[in-house]
Amino acid sequence: MSDQGIGVQPVNFDVVRTDSACEACRLCQGPQLWGLQTDEYDYLVALAGCPNVGKSTVFNALTGLRQHTGNWPGKTVARAEGTYRHAGDTYKLVDLPGTYTLITPQAEEQVAHDSIVYGSADVTVVVIDATQLERNLSFVLQVLEVTDHVVVCLNLVDEAVRHGLNIDADALATRLGVPVIATAARFGRGITKLIDAVKVIAHAGATVAPYHFTRSDPRLDRMLSNAATDIEKEYPGIPASRWIALRLLDGNGPMTEAVRLGDLDQLMPEALTATSTRSKVTPLQHPGSSRGEKGARLLARIAEHLSEPRNFYERVVGSLHTEASQIAVAVSTTKHMPWQLGMSIDRLLTNLWLGFPMMLAMLTVVFWLTISGANVPSAMIASLLLDTVHPALKTLAAAIGMPWWLDGVLLDGVYMSTAWVISVMLPPMAIFFPLFTLLEDLGYLARVAFNLDNLFKRVGAHGKQALTLSMGFGCNAAGVIATRIIDSPRERIIAIITNNFALCNGRWPTQILIASIFIGAMVPPALAGFVSAAAVVGVAVLGIVLTFVVALLLSKTVLKGEASTFSLELPPYRRPRVLSTLYTSIIDRTIFVLWRAVVFAVPAGAAIWLSANVTIAETSIAQHLTNGLNPIGMVFGLNGVILLAYVLAIPANEVVIPTILMLTVLTGDVAGVGESAGVIFELNSTQAIGEVLINGGGWTLLTAVNLMLFSLLHNPCSTTIYTIYKETGSVRWTTIATLLPLVMGLATTFVIAQVWRLLT
Amino acid sequence: MQSVNTLADLEPGERATVREVSQQLPDLERRRLIELGFYPGTTVQATMESPLGDPIAYQVRQMTVALRRDQAQMIEVDRIV
Repeated sequence: MSDQGIGVQPVNFDVVRTDSACEACRLCQGPQLWGLQTDEYDYLVALAGCPNVGKSTVFNALTGLRQHTGNWPGKTVARAEGTYRHAGDTYKLVDLPGTYTLITPQAEEQVAHDSIVYGSADVTVVVIDATQLERNLSFVLQVLEVTDHVVVCLNLVDEAVRHGLNIDADALATRLGVPVIATAARFGRGITKLIDAVKVIAHAGATVAPYHFTRSDPRLDRMLSNAATDIEKEYPGIPASRWIALRLLDGNGPMTEAVRLGDLDQLMPEALTATSTRSKVTPLQHPGSSRGEKGARLLARIAEHLSEPRNFYERVVGSLHTEASQIAVAVSTTKHMPWQLGMSIDRLLTNLWLGFPMMLAMLTVVFWLTISGANVPSAMIASLLLDTVHPALKTLAAAIGMPWWLDGVLLDGVYMSTAWVISVMLPPMAIFFPLFTLLEDLGYLARVAFNLDNLFKRVGAHGKQALTLSMGFGCNAAGVIATRIIDSPRERIIAIITNNFALCNGRWPTQILIASIFIGAMVPPALAGFVSAAAVVGVAVLGIVLTFVVALLLSKTVLKGEASTFSLELPPYRRPRVLSTLYTSIIDRTIFVLWRAVVFAVPAGAAIWLSANVTIAETSIAQHLTNGLNPIGMVFGLNGVILLAYVLAIPANEVVIPTILMLTVLTGDVAGVGESAGVIFELNSTQAIGEVLINGGGWTLLTAVNLMLFSLLHNPCSTTIYTIYKETGSVRWTTIATLLPLVMGLATTFVIAQVWRLLT
Repeated sequence: MQSVNTLADLEPGERATVREVSQQLPDLERRRLIELGFYPGTTVQATMESPLGDPIAYQVRQMTVALRRDQAQMIEVDRIV
């Protein structure tokens, strides 16, 4: 297994244990708790920080890996791992999910929390946002209660300077008692110094006593110290006793539970030494049966220190924030009031009369740039791959005497469908995603969520769904993954199930092609482009409307529940790194499209060619299938070819059109198109495709309209279905998410077909 | 001169000091709000309303956080006049 790989989900790995009781114990797992491969590294470095501070950028700068970074909180909700080498040592770096607090772990934040508290990192690098120093410092102060092996990475100093904010990193280091390194990770500035500081702490440990946030609250300090003393009495030498004391005094969550069950023993020095053995994992022996009693005794004693249990939490948070604020004021100098410009832009973008039109305009511009920008490169790629390379390959195949069937499967089946997918999919994807990322980096998407939250609230959904929906316009699987930013499970399931109503890039080509052939043809040529574009936008808008309708239905039926807490951070505007975003995003998308082309279009191409050329009783399999499906298709105003295409295209929507064309050519009677059955030749012009569909396939306007609707309303592609399953872990939700749109699509097309036939 | 209100009563631009986050809120929700900076003594400023009037954005501890109106109503404040 590679050390370099970025794990997008927590990695499970097997630990051989002799004591089955150990498996239930959360505390004794050391590095395993991180989901780490415990092999081949000298030092373990944790990367912690609040959401949206550029942690992923620091991670990438250190390891040289690319990881998608974004300007909205909670981007790294899963953990990324990487390694780097420095001065002969290998450092394993783990990027923890961003979290504002260690005191109250919640779901995803739990991972970060557990990792810092229980994981045996040699060094914890806390990345903080220089432009939001005060708030980030209260997180640093929490980490300092847990471990003193800390390096603070003061990131985004370039932003801070732009805001007229100067922070004295040395003064900050003196106050905190740990090294503070100023960085601008996006430009690689300060990274070398950071690596050096990590090395020093890794080798030497802490040098100065770290800062305690309870300085200005002697009563709180006393409470913590007394409780810590009690803990140390029962568990001599236990690390982070003050932190454990704090968590026990707060009386909430897993720490109290761990003490009650006696699991605290596993934090003892000898236990930690055992688990931090790098090469192998030693199972721990629980010392005895008196553990539970010891824990209960401790809890009782700790409760005595608590003077006002009701307000303990406020007191801690208040202290943290007060200290953080004092330090922030002492180490920074501000030239002018920050945020003024951002505030004015915000007023504009969230204005009652301007907010929505500007959102719509932005969306239209993104779509327009994607669609019209993709035309030229699409045509170029098609001309290259289909008109130049394909004939050349055919000639070559003939020259080396390749058997006709192999030539057919490989060149006419596999190659043609792959080439089609690449030429149709690559340009729009490579345009849409960078644009989306730029808006995200800029901070605009958070404002969209702010503007739209009210609508989502009315249907019982979460405002951040606005973001996952827009992401779905690119790719539904990406949209489903993006729902991780929604912290309430109920609202998140709603966002997952309805994401398929966002018309993804894979379905646009179908919409655009069919609209221009059938709908554009109904109006004078001058208006054709506009009308067909309007038809496509109409379908996309219908998808948005259905998102709200279905969300409402879900939250009235199977997903009933209280609207959960909502808090949305509006990050300060940042100047996006245009060139780097374009580069990264285009490379990412290209790889993604090529991968899909290989994984899905290749087998689909082979299957189509074979089904068209393998005959049973003198008729090809495809012909049998489409004949069989035709009556069913007609009921829905579609036809057998379309239904078969949608079955073959379950892996990927982008093969729908090539499949329909190939099947129509081979099952219909199209003179002059294609030299052999199952091949699409010279179908690069819209007009040619239209002739094939109308003359060969017997398509009507009804077929076109219903295909456009069915393209919006059918099961998600298999990648998305799999992603939904991975994200929800539930067969039930996956089934609902898969079948609901399909049933809706069949019902809609059925009704339209019946009404249409009554009227015409 | 001070008057007791909830956060939701603030007009954009108005400032207030947090008095208490309602104990009626579920524990986790309450903690989350406190964690965001809405604990007794903090100064908060309402910055803007969403075009449809809800949620409302507040400036608290150097950041802008949007809360839905019903949550903002659970935070008692003293308006700074």
